[in-house]
Amino acid sequence: MRAYLRTYWLLARAGFRRQATYRMALAAGIFTNSVFGVVRASILVGAVTGAGAAVAGYDALAVSSYAWWGQVLLGSVSMWGWSEVADRVRTGDIAADFLRPVPPYLTYLAVDLGRAALALLARGAPMLLIGALYSGITFATGAVEWVLGLTAVALAVAVGFLGNYLVNCAAFWLVEIRGLLMAYSVVATLLAGLYVPVHWFPEWLRIVAAATPFPSLIQTPIDILSGYAAGPAAVRAVAVQVGWVLALGVAGALATAAGRRRLEVQGG
Amino acid sequence: MSVEPVRPVSASGPVSAPIVAVEGLTRVFRRRGAPALTAVDAMTFRIAPGEAVGYIGANGAGKSTTIKMLTGILAPTSGTARTVGLDPMRDRRELARRVGVVFGQRSQLWWDLPLRESFDLLAAIHRLDRLRATRRTGQLVELLDLGPTLAQPVRSLSLGQRMRAEVAAALLHEPELVILDEPTIGLDVLSKARLREFLIQTRREHGTTLLLTTHDMGDIERLCDRVLVVDHGRLAFDGTLAGLAGTVGARRVLVVDLDRPSEPLHGIPHTQWLGAEGEGVRQRLAFDPADTTAAAVLAAVSERVTLRDLSIEEPDIEDVVRRIYSASS
Repeated sequence: MRAYLRTYWLLARAGFRRQATYRMALAAGIFTNSVFGVVRASILVGAVTGAGAAVAGYDALAVSSYAWWGQVLLGSVSMWGWSEVADRVRTGDIAADFLRPVPPYLTYLAVDLGRAALALLARGAPMLLIGALYSGITFATGAVEWVLGLTAVALAVAVGFLGNYLVNCAAFWLVEIRGLLMAYSVVATLLAGLYVPVHWFPEWLRIVAAATPFPSLIQTPIDILSGYAAGPAAVRAVAVQVGWVLALGVAGALATAAGRRRLEVQGG
Repeated sequence: MSVEPVRPVSASGPVSAPIVAVEGLTRVFRRRGAPALTAVDAMTFRIAPGEAVGYIGANGAGKSTTIKMLTGILAPTSGTARTVGLDPMRDRRELARRVGVVFGQRSQLWWDLPLRESFDLLAAIHRLDRLRATRRTGQLVELLDLGPTLAQPVRSLSLGQRMRAEVAAALLHEPELVILDEPTIGLDVLSKARLREFLIQTRREHGTTLLLTTHDMGDIERLCDRVLVVDHGRLAFDGTLAGLAGTVGARRVLVVDLDRPSEPLHGIPHTQWLGAEGEGVRQRLAFDPADTTAAAVLAAVSERVTLRDLSIEEPDIEDVVRRIYSASS
């Protein structure tokens, strides 16, 4: 078991370091995140102020907090058409992954968790400061909520990765999946609550969102870390995330096994 | 020409289980708007532990397709492949622990991390304990002269350095079978020599079984004691290199640079004049080592013209294979 964990720990560490080597990209990411955060916070706060009262439990501070926590998570939780596995299927480099005595989706998940950890520290944390200075941000109050909140971030990263991975697996059957990835991105970011909180959705869309893993990506960790959800509600939300990780993990394993039978690596 | 029967594994001692056993192995690619392509067609052969086998054939003959089926990357259409006694599709992970594979054109290294980290990661993936990982990495780094490159990101390595690193990566877990697909493609003479020397040593010390595809006759001559030739997905020859050369004649080509433009060097005994460049300053003569020697050809040439430089071209694998094809058709 220890050797098993060490394997994935080292892979995660490699993901962390690999990301850390791209310093300029990090700096650019912080800048973009800040600008995007200012725009989002301004619009959301404006909407609540314009309404003249709290909307679905969000007053101006709560919705500002929502926007900025979203910026914290943005770089870590992948929803933006990650296509490494699909590219490797297309080029045939996926063969190298199948020549290792580990399941490829767990290997990539570990690397992605490492990448996400670096993004959270380097790109996410500065957003807390900028958010607090610009329009205000709230934090979870209890120690339990913090533990749950950070767990929720890790699970959000895992759900995000596994969702992306499943879409990537379509490359075993389809020649070109860029369109699919783009559609996935649009649906995922919307239903995750990246633009407006899921709690603001009309009833029917809330039901649709709840049936997907997407609210687990953004809405859940924000709810807990900002103090919007606490106690049993927070525990329930994390349990839902765990459920999605397991479901998507099994789906990923099945898709990989089925895809491997379909795989036709061309050339040398 | 017929396929030679599978050779006995060992003249003395008990016959051990084959490390690779292929039985009626077939792979058909169905292509949209084109007839189905049978890349590997009812292939049958066995490889005994400790053998070094060269697997050669023209481009598209089915070499890589076979290798992919042996390593669990490609599902056979019919027939069976057993590698180290395992079913490659079903037992992929167990297979990966016992077999090392180098695909010359695909990397198993982490592109943007220092080379050292790729070795650390692979050691972890293969669950080598720290002591064994350190010892083995040190060994490979020394033998393959990778020390100066360990701190460099893989993307900045030269092709020769990267290929040596790929081989080290594939051998880190001390596999009993090493499969190399075009391991020396694109390498300079020195890098090739170094890599071959390493493989010879590995085999001598660990009894590792080697299976390699190549376009380089030198690889076969230096490394292999058995040659399989594949043609249109079928086995066209199975035997020793000497047997192969004996069958098709391993013609060499003498290239001579002369001191001045000269008449074509027709009529040199046991040679065939292939052509000239630069109004006859450079001329090419083919000869079969079975009929004459390079020295005799050279002496005959020197009687007629003054040499400035010379080189001998080894038989090209494509050429040898082409002759097999024409001999078998």
